[in-house]
Amino acid sequence: MSTVGLYVPGHSPLHRTPAGAKLLALLLAGIGLVVWADHRVAAGALAAALVLYPAVGLPLRRAWSALRALWPFLLAIGLFQVLFADWQTALRLCAQLAALVLLANLVTLTTRVREMLDLFERLVRPLRHLGANPDRIALVLALTIRSIPMAAAAWEAAREGYRARGLSGRPHLLVVPVIVQLLRMADATGEALVARGIDEDTRH
Amino acid sequence: MLRLEGVSHSYDDRAVLRDVTLDLAEHRIGVIGANGSGKSTLARTLNGLVVPDEGRVTLGEWDTRRHARHIRRRVGFVFSDAANQIIMPTVAEDVEIGLRALKLGREETARRVEEALVRYGLDGHRDHPGHLLSGGQKQLLALASVLVTEPEVLVCDEPTTLLDLRNTRMVHRTLDGLEQQVVLFTHDLDLLDDFDRVLVMDAGRVVFDGVPGDAVPHYTKLMDER
Repeated sequence: MSTVGLYVPGHSPLHRTPAGAKLLALLLAGIGLVVWADHRVAAGALAAALVLYPAVGLPLRRAWSALRALWPFLLAIGLFQVLFADWQTALRLCAQLAALVLLANLVTLTTRVREMLDLFERLVRPLRHLGANPDRIALVLALTIRSIPMAAAAWEAAREGYRARGLSGRPHLLVVPVIVQLLRMADATGEALVARGIDEDTRH
Repeated sequence: MLRLEGVSHSYDDRAVLRDVTLDLAEHRIGVIGANGSGKSTLARTLNGLVVPDEGRVTLGEWDTRRHARHIRRRVGFVFSDAANQIIMPTVAEDVEIGLRALKLGREETARRVEEALVRYGLDGHRDHPGHLLSGGQKQLLALASVLVTEPEVLVCDEPTTLLDLRNTRMVHRTLDGLEQQVVLFTHDLDLLDDFDRVLVMDAGRVVFDGVPGDAVPHYTKLMDER
């Protein structure tokens, strides 16, 4: 089951910090790491990002979960840079990437989706004049986040069904049942949105 | 009051509702019938999810054909698979999203969400992902998310189908305590013991309309004859 992008309740100062301030800090950290392009700074930022997890009451395994998905890319980037540039560049790029992913994950884990959507709605409100609907865009974002575990559950269910029939290997055979299940889920979610009167609200 | 007048509906060439005329005035109404008898389609006509090919469904002066938006705010709907009804990532956010359409203001919205979470025993799960709740808790979340908007009528389409006995009883108790009118479509005949009225559906028609004590034996006999 995917736990990426899910809020973890807590009472740390970071949990209480407004979403806008956290995103701004993340942006500044990103800019700072790019402008101050030094492998020692990047390594320090990575260490600081790791320290922040227990500091705000989150177990380090949360950081590891985020990095686990990233490691093939880090490995590829690191090897490429060592071969074609130098180890300092490899270290800098990998540390920058890992630090920023960890910090972004930290923002997600300490911010309710509702707060993020409220902020997003405020930010895109000026686009109303161009015909955009911030409510609808925010709803799409919420549904996208919600669909991550749904997709994981669909894949798991299809895989279990496949194994239960004594089959193994050829994972491409799971693609069609997963897509069918996701389409059915999407259809049901659409019906639920209509039943709860949510679609009408976002149209106005 | 919900009223159906000459309601018929087909999917492609397959008729699923045939000339159904009903006044749904009682506080608690049950609808039973075999799979494919037209129950789910009938349920969906009640809040405008399905607009019938012929006839009309009204709530007071509102018609689902023209005023679906108004009717959906007054007729809440709970599906059999609560997992598909969960829209937002966390429990509290899912309860809150339905209130956005009502534009109640931040404080009133927060108050209603809090009240609903406590009333349906979900206050300990407010920040938990809705999809990680147990089956019974998901169904309670679905109920809370609909009831927080204070609809006049609650339509439930087989809400206990995927639940075990304990969770079925939990949902039963919740439905029992509601002030709203409840229209319950179900295969679970035990839920209907103390209902005011039960309709039996077969092949798109209402073939029996009476008290549970008469409707359930009628349905059982109908199934025995198959």
